[in-house]
Amino acid sequence: MPQLDAKGRHTVAFTLNGRETTVEVETRTLLTDALRHGLGATGTHVGCEHGVCGACTVSIDGVPARACLTLAVGVEGCAVRTVEGLAPEPGRLGVLQAAFRRRHALQCGFCTAGILISLDAYLAFRPNPSRREITEVIGGHLCRCTGYAPIIEAALEAAAELRGDIPAPSSPEAAHA
Amino acid sequence: MKPAPFDYLRAASLDDALDALRQYGPEARLIAGGQSLMPMLNMRLTKPAVLIDVMRITALKEPRLDNGSLVIPAGVRQAILLDRPGLARDLPLLAAALPWVGHIQTRARGTLCGSVAHADPSAEIPLCLVALQGEIHLRSRRKVRRVAAEDFFTGMMVTDRADDEMIEAIAYPLRREGAGTAFAEVGRRHGDYAIVACAGVVDGSRMRLAVGGVADRPTARDFPHLDGSALDDALNAFAWDLGAGDDLHGTARYRRDLVRSLGRRVLEQAAKVARGDTHQEAVPCHS
Repeated sequence: MPQLDAKGRHTVAFTLNGRETTVEVETRTLLTDALRHGLGATGTHVGCEHGVCGACTVSIDGVPARACLTLAVGVEGCAVRTVEGLAPEPGRLGVLQAAFRRRHALQCGFCTAGILISLDAYLAFRPNPSRREITEVIGGHLCRCTGYAPIIEAALEAAAELRGDIPAPSSPEAAHA
Repeated sequence: MKPAPFDYLRAASLDDALDALRQYGPEARLIAGGQSLMPMLNMRLTKPAVLIDVMRITALKEPRLDNGSLVIPAGVRQAILLDRPGLARDLPLLAAALPWVGHIQTRARGTLCGSVAHADPSAEIPLCLVALQGEIHLRSRRKVRRVAAEDFFTGMMVTDRADDEMIEAIAYPLRREGAGTAFAEVGRRHGDYAIVACAGVVDGSRMRLAVGGVADRPTARDFPHLDGSALDDALNAFAWDLGAGDDLHGTARYRRDLVRSLGRRVLEQAAKVARGDTHQEAVPCHS
């Protein structure tokens, strides 16, 4: 049985946004810190660090998870997706991100990365969510700016666009970040 | 807000985990989904020398029906069980209560056995286990034993588990013909700890109410079939016996009031389900 020493540094191998990645961590290193300090992936934010606020939410093997309640050594072999993985290419926004921008679903933006990941993971297995379901997903996140209403509108609009029910908006801001 | 250092063992089998527990005993903690233990580690409310990760043990992933119960091993995440086909038919109480456990993001990781091991007095999963008179399956290198839920929870986050024992599984008795169940909870926000949570079971011979969030452990009481002021009196006596205290979420008086009012609604709803008047186990209540 693999036993990792408390004092040593250990290599964890996993895929981050589809790319094979390794990071050196202590056993006690949280996934938030491994991403941000170990890999420089600072899109994942750190809020409360005890699982309440949702700012650090990432997707692990397709399901949303609090990165602050996940040990980095625990994601060995897993597929981790963060907000950096949402955009199709640098300088462009993903569908959810563009909808958030159009609908003013963020102000300070601190909570946004986690909310986007929760919604991305949710829409992947439930492409046609009700407003109530979206509200429940958002219930796992604290946002102190928006009042949530524009977040829910953006999520529903993005879901419709991803299903092909409405065309992708052709405004320049949808194409250029 | 970072954990103190610990050695980390990734158990590949049940034997691995039990050997490590035998070796390290009180110095070790098991970690499964981590949704209760990780906040405790981050806040350094617990500082184990050794952490034993049991989530790679493939033999602990599959719930199974056994002798009239649903047996849920240590590796089963809450979201996986909530998606189980037939859960609302087999265990309507648990199906009604699980959506109240944390949020989608924590249920995706947290396990049922982990919540039972944590033994928070306001947690829904232990509450349902007590309401349905389920069992905890404990295993160590010394022995295997089964403990009734009512004997397992012995205080605030304290259980009957010995230092070298692991909760291998928990077992919920399936819904019986002619019985009805119901669940309701009041909290500040959905996903918060319950201020008071009530789980009711009504069958031909009795009414049973289990209450979480008031005493130092989930606590149940059986009543004969009562209604009107006799039920009010019985619930009032139960509410006082639970020994409610004040905290920043609610006063003792408020908690007793919730036990009386929520408890009554839950028992009445469970009785309706038992009679076949409704299939709605979740009692509508604002939170």
